[in-house]
Amino acid sequence: MGTPTDLRLPRYRRDPEGTHPPLGFDGYRSTALRHPKQPLVLLPQQLTEVTGPLLGPGRIGELDNDLTRQHEGEPQGQRIIVTGRLLDGDGRPIRNSLVEIWQANAGGRYRHTGDRWPSPLDPNFDGLGRTLTDGDGRYEFTTIKPGAYPWKNHDNAWRPAHIHFSVFGSAFTQRLVTQMYFPDDPLFSQDPIFTSIPDEKARQRMISRFDLARTVPEWALAFQFDIVVRGREQSVFEDEEDDE
Amino acid sequence: MKLGSTPSQTVGPYLSIGLPWEDGPFVVPEGAEGAVWIRGVVYDGAGDPIPDAMIETWQADPDGGFRHPDDPRGHRGPEFRGFGRCPTDAAGEYRIHTVLPGVVPGEDGAPQARHIDVSVFARGLLNRVVTRIYFEDEDNSGDAVLASVPEGRRETLLARRTADGYRFDVRLQGEGETVFFEF
Repeated sequence: MGTPTDLRLPRYRRDPEGTHPPLGFDGYRSTALRHPKQPLVLLPQQLTEVTGPLLGPGRIGELDNDLTRQHEGEPQGQRIIVTGRLLDGDGRPIRNSLVEIWQANAGGRYRHTGDRWPSPLDPNFDGLGRTLTDGDGRYEFTTIKPGAYPWKNHDNAWRPAHIHFSVFGSAFTQRLVTQMYFPDDPLFSQDPIFTSIPDEKARQRMISRFDLARTVPEWALAFQFDIVVRGREQSVFEDEEDDE
Repeated sequence: MKLGSTPSQTVGPYLSIGLPWEDGPFVVPEGAEGAVWIRGVVYDGAGDPIPDAMIETWQADPDGGFRHPDDPRGHRGPEFRGFGRCPTDAAGEYRIHTVLPGVVPGEDGAPQARHIDVSVFARGLLNRVVTRIYFEDEDNSGDAVLASVPEGRRETLLARRTADGYRFDVRLQGEGETVFFEF
């Protein structure tokens, strides 16, 4: 038990300007009434912020990482394998950590009462997946390539195909919800959620890479998507070799 | 090696497909000693409740310890998760079943008042926003974070006592806009 004055807390680097979207963004209509207008207040990173939930095996069911096997029958659409690593900004793997996804079906429809666009629901697809990263920070899902879908944001608006990802990192400061996109989607340029990211290089980091090596012959295509959360600033007691 | 972070994106309107857990609101199990309900509504700038938002909470146990290797002081047993998650319902309300966190030391040794960190996610929020819950009937004097907030806005961070716990509303915009933090 250390006394409070013994505390030497890690610090998490702030991301460069342009990495994340602004809270208010004219192109995305729903931000209008939902973004704070008062300036944000700087919160020093104290114990509450440098710790965070470490959610492990208790949150995972046996078939949670294979969205094609959660029902009696097989879902419609193109089977894909999505793999990647969860890393911090220093390239350190984040191990045994919960990764959650949700997505539309092959026709671009979500299993949700609020989704009314006339594309069929698939009785064999829920669009929900969970897994844990391994000792190397790797995760893997088997799923169906989601379809694009229309929404009412602007005239003839379509969301590019995407999979929602939710990760925790190892500190409250690292919590991230993002979306994984697919290479060469023709819908990127008209999508304000995608283009809300100011920095073009950061925007590209949301696009997965086709991964020929991981495709399974006569079975599934594969895409690779690494997720990076904020790295640590060097602290006085940190051991260079200690990557826990 | 320095890697650029993956950008944040909105959870969209259908977060309820992937994110809720049945026991998500239970930071402590039902019947735990000293348990309270924290309930509140998430409002938009027009004063309307937001039915597609989600609240996540993170807090110390009643002794002020965190379930985390970066807290060297230890923590309560496995029944204390420290983490709560609840999507808002059709009326914009969330609820979290928890216990009052203990006093947490700051790095300079000064105690922080009892508080809970909160992330708010919603359609229309391209990134989460973060706030802190403090408790109106606890001693909040001397808390450096609260003191750094403009005086007229501090009350937006105070949970109000109710019959079975506390009420903490979140206003994303407009009159009484909740104080949100960056770090």
